[in-house]
Amino acid sequence: MTTYTPESKQFFTALQDGKLIGSACIDCGHVMIPQRVICTRCHSDNTEIVEFAGEGVLSAFTIINVPPTAMAEAGFSTKNPYCSGIVTLTEGPRISGQILNVDVANPQTIKIGSMVKMTTVEREHNGEKKIFLAFEVV
Amino acid sequence: MTKKTKRGVAVVGAGMSKFGAFPDKTSRDLFVEAYQEMKSTVDKGLDPAQIEAFFMGNFSADQFEKQAHLAPIIASWVGLAGIPALRLEDACASGSVALRQASLAIASGLYDVVLVGGVEKMTDLPIGEVTDALASAADTQFEIPAGFTFPGFYAAMATAYLDEYDASPQAFAHVSIKNHKNGALNEKAQFNQTIADIMESKKQRAAAKGYPVPTWNNELEFFADPAGNPNIAWPMTLFDCSPVSDGAAAVLLVAEELAYQFTDTPIYIIGSGQASDGALTERDTLSGIPSAAKAARQAYDMAGLTSDDIDLAEVHDCFTIAEIMASEDLGFFPRGEGWKAAMAGMTARDGVHPINTSGGLKAKGHPVGASGIAQVIEVWKQLRGVAGERQIAGNPRIALTHNVGGTGQTCVVHIFERRD
Repeated sequence: MTTYTPESKQFFTALQDGKLIGSACIDCGHVMIPQRVICTRCHSDNTEIVEFAGEGVLSAFTIINVPPTAMAEAGFSTKNPYCSGIVTLTEGPRISGQILNVDVANPQTIKIGSMVKMTTVEREHNGEKKIFLAFEVV
Repeated sequence: MTKKTKRGVAVVGAGMSKFGAFPDKTSRDLFVEAYQEMKSTVDKGLDPAQIEAFFMGNFSADQFEKQAHLAPIIASWVGLAGIPALRLEDACASGSVALRQASLAIASGLYDVVLVGGVEKMTDLPIGEVTDALASAADTQFEIPAGFTFPGFYAAMATAYLDEYDASPQAFAHVSIKNHKNGALNEKAQFNQTIADIMESKKQRAAAKGYPVPTWNNELEFFADPAGNPNIAWPMTLFDCSPVSDGAAAVLLVAEELAYQFTDTPIYIIGSGQASDGALTERDTLSGIPSAAKAARQAYDMAGLTSDDIDLAEVHDCFTIAEIMASEDLGFFPRGEGWKAAMAGMTARDGVHPINTSGGLKAKGHPVGASGIAQVIEVWKQLRGVAGERQIAGNPRIALTHNVGGTGQTCVVHIFERRD
């Protein structure tokens, strides 16, 4: 397995490889995403990079009808809205991502607590294609 | 341990510009208006030469007006070049952060008389760029790439809240309708119109243009109709969101022992709290704002008071869900009860816990850096009994302000008292 380091941009390097990484505190066991050097619970800097399974549940979401410019460039608009959400990973911590495989025209059908699985989406920004974290409802 | 400052601080003057969209004005023009009004409210007069320092809240003139290093410019425009002039930035909480740092500077003994202001000029940019500028108050590396906007973050908190407490989304409409009712009585408000007024003017416009006239029978029906009130970030609609605004606000802080040189009715700052937090995803809860509860605890402890002692509060209703969460974070209602209290009218001007008598950010407007100071202006008026038509009854003596930065990465709470 590729070895990742705690610098924040490494999160996206890992994402390119299809991996979701974070940190675990060796002293207190606290698990964090994205990865970082210093434990947010016990202040220890004795932490290590961990890889998440990429599974969890949907804990909060919204249908974005008025997108920011980056999402507008990617083709989203009031007529073509998308879902963004917060996922609680099976390992404990939470992370944000675009939520796929949901009926954005009928937000009432989207249920908090739904099982989700990690995936990625490619979006063009400033003429450059980039990979972003996403989750699909399974 | 309860922390107390060693020297008291009082507000002895308060003024603001009108909030709204002013294409012909810049930050400095708006601040001059606020400063002039503030000066006119100092009962026994203010000699500007007495002002020793200027603390200013401003979120992002860099992005909105392409102007950084704004504090010395504003100081010069009000004739105060020479004194220390600082800009403080903690997103939408910038104004309250400036107030807190200014009061701490007086409490330290360094200064006796300090000007505190807030300003934001947001309407020059197209709406997409305003959305982007506001989004920079969140974590642009790990939250924004998910597609979130600020309405989106609060909308996500709304879904968590609705799910956790099996709450009715109609509660959001009640917050907006109430705040517009209050804003209609505030001549400084961006929207000094009730939702009913807005509905009526939409009907008249449709009729004048020969379009089918909408059939809304009441404000709740209007609120629920996406044709009149479109979704911005479901479940947050247009009328759940505070507007994009221009505006400025200013207050004069002085050391407690000097207050009577300026007025016979000083308003004392008796509690102050501030807390920070990580990104929305890093918190134990999504249905409340932990930094608000922490800041409130510090402020209540410093003042030796509880939530029951607060006669009125100005809270950070950047979105309607935010007011409901604030009413719980501040302890006015138990967790999961804030939405019911909003629907039952308990936060109206004549309710048990009046909230946002000024119209709040929703109706008064939300020029980001000015909002925290404008909250102080409302409680200053209410506590002095000069809030006009929107004055609450019962001779209020204790008031609270609650100002959130971002989704709660910062929260500042202050408690004010009239003593006479």
